[in-house]
Amino acid sequence: MHSLYMVLIDPFVQMVSAPDLFLQTIWEGLVAGVLYALIALGFVLIFKASGVFNFAQGMMVVFAGLTLIAFQDLGVPAPLALILAVGVMYLMAVTIERTVLRPLVNQPDIILFMATFGITYILIGVGEMIFGGEPKDVNTKAFMLPQGSLEIPAFGGFVQLQKIDIAAAIIAALMIGALAFFFQKTRIGRALRAVADSHKAALSVGISLNQIWVIVWFAAGIVALVAGIMWGARSNVSFALQVVALKALPVLILGGFTSIPGAIIGGLIIGIGEKIGEFYWGPLMGGGIESWLAYLIALGFLLFRPQGLFGEKIIERI
Amino acid sequence: MNVSVQSNPHTLAKGDTLLAVENVSLAFGGVKAITDVSFDIKKGEIRAIIGPNGAGKTSMLNVINGFYHPQQGRITFKGETRQKMRPYVAASQGIARTFQNVALFKGMSTLDNIMAGRTLKMKTGLFWQLWRHGPAMREEVEHRHVVEEIIDFLEIQAIRKTPVGKLPYGLQKRVELGRALAMEPDLLLLDEPMAGMNLEEKEDMSRFIIDVNTQYGTTIALIEHDMGVVMDLSDRVVVLEYGRKIADGTPAAVKSDQKVIDAYLGVPH
Repeated sequence: MHSLYMVLIDPFVQMVSAPDLFLQTIWEGLVAGVLYALIALGFVLIFKASGVFNFAQGMMVVFAGLTLIAFQDLGVPAPLALILAVGVMYLMAVTIERTVLRPLVNQPDIILFMATFGITYILIGVGEMIFGGEPKDVNTKAFMLPQGSLEIPAFGGFVQLQKIDIAAAIIAALMIGALAFFFQKTRIGRALRAVADSHKAALSVGISLNQIWVIVWFAAGIVALVAGIMWGARSNVSFALQVVALKALPVLILGGFTSIPGAIIGGLIIGIGEKIGEFYWGPLMGGGIESWLAYLIALGFLLFRPQGLFGEKIIERI
Repeated sequence: MNVSVQSNPHTLAKGDTLLAVENVSLAFGGVKAITDVSFDIKKGEIRAIIGPNGAGKTSMLNVINGFYHPQQGRITFKGETRQKMRPYVAASQGIARTFQNVALFKGMSTLDNIMAGRTLKMKTGLFWQLWRHGPAMREEVEHRHVVEEIIDFLEIQAIRKTPVGKLPYGLQKRVELGRALAMEPDLLLLDEPMAGMNLEEKEDMSRFIIDVNTQYGTTIALIEHDMGVVMDLSDRVVVLEYGRKIADGTPAAVKSDQKVIDAYLGVPH
């Protein structure tokens, strides 16, 4: 009886009795969620345009972050370092298209998926060779990202908001809005979706697969760079981040693999769910809920709504 | 349809050779799909390619629009001779096609599918595209105009916004034709445009094919199994069997050709 009370009732009593703490938890969740959403967005971009789950996206975040830091460490001023890092992302997109995607055109998706594993390990190898294995910090001051925190009084207590988190949320929102618009409303956006649906039909109307793939991987690279900066500004960039990036997988299952709004809302739900679970239910099980709760939520979705919240429902005619 | 963009600088007169394939051979490993086939397509005609299953008809279309690269032979389109086509070159030179098993962009609406056919006609760069403003917006409106005319022509106004994956097969084929027409092609390749259709749908499709040919002067090459349709529609017919050409001529001539009759009905051994 007591344990039932502890699981089903006590956490809610705590939430109501300390609403400021509850708000703080939600905020922390939102912040984590924005980062998940940004990483998931990179996956969605590539999935939409090539039907491939890009396992390397997490590593691209790390690689992009480390590239930027390396340029800064060389004494390059921040804006120039940013431009150079974008340039490196472009080169990476072109290289991947030339050496991996082009030879594998029209192969089954699973082959391309395996190829992205290969890309991951090549990036890890090259990354460690160039940047070394130790974690590194992004010089946030150089990017004029705000520091410090705001304290907002609420319910007798206060909620503490890091300014950098607010900045991250705004940048992510702008970026996502721009991408969604681009995908839905422009010729290139339409070509991207066309390539995702059918390679041969896209070829027959004269869409260049090569060009589209470069654009998509480049866009995913830029998203990775932004995610890398935001992550690096909060803690640091290390190769371990790659594993955290796989949290994007439950986010995508929740939001739907093909939906940009889905990536956002999925990210936020997972972020908030994790923090609340960890804070209120974690102590009951000795903590550590955060690392697996997302996958549990995703499992529930797979059982009842496999296309996710916003994914296209696939109807197969037989 | 107001043809505003002429893709071809030197215009051919009706009856000139638009496309010629010469001595084309195509093999996949040891399997010979096409052996030493030559024929031509004249501007303004409806040319049918017929033959029993596995005769190499679809392979021939794939060679013409560059999906397959023949080991031997040459392809001459609009006076330019190539050893092999490439899909992008074929599309930009004015060859459009439909597929035997409908290849549409299933997640996209009818409108977006047909708009995708305008890809090569749209020129604004990434910069304007990003803002969807100025030239990009003007261009979008202009091309939407053409697409709406095609939608009217094919009588598919009601399904303009429907994702094509949800449409019945007959309508999907019509949308696919619309996407090919949006390219304002000089040569339209139709791979079994009436497969799986009922009589009424077949009649509609025949009417569209004839209208495209007469109103816009589009040259059409089609593969079809319904002999009645082929004989009614086409000006000239080429017959393939086991990857070889066995007859070429008017429908009437081909119909009475002994080799063709043997190919379709079999010969006693």
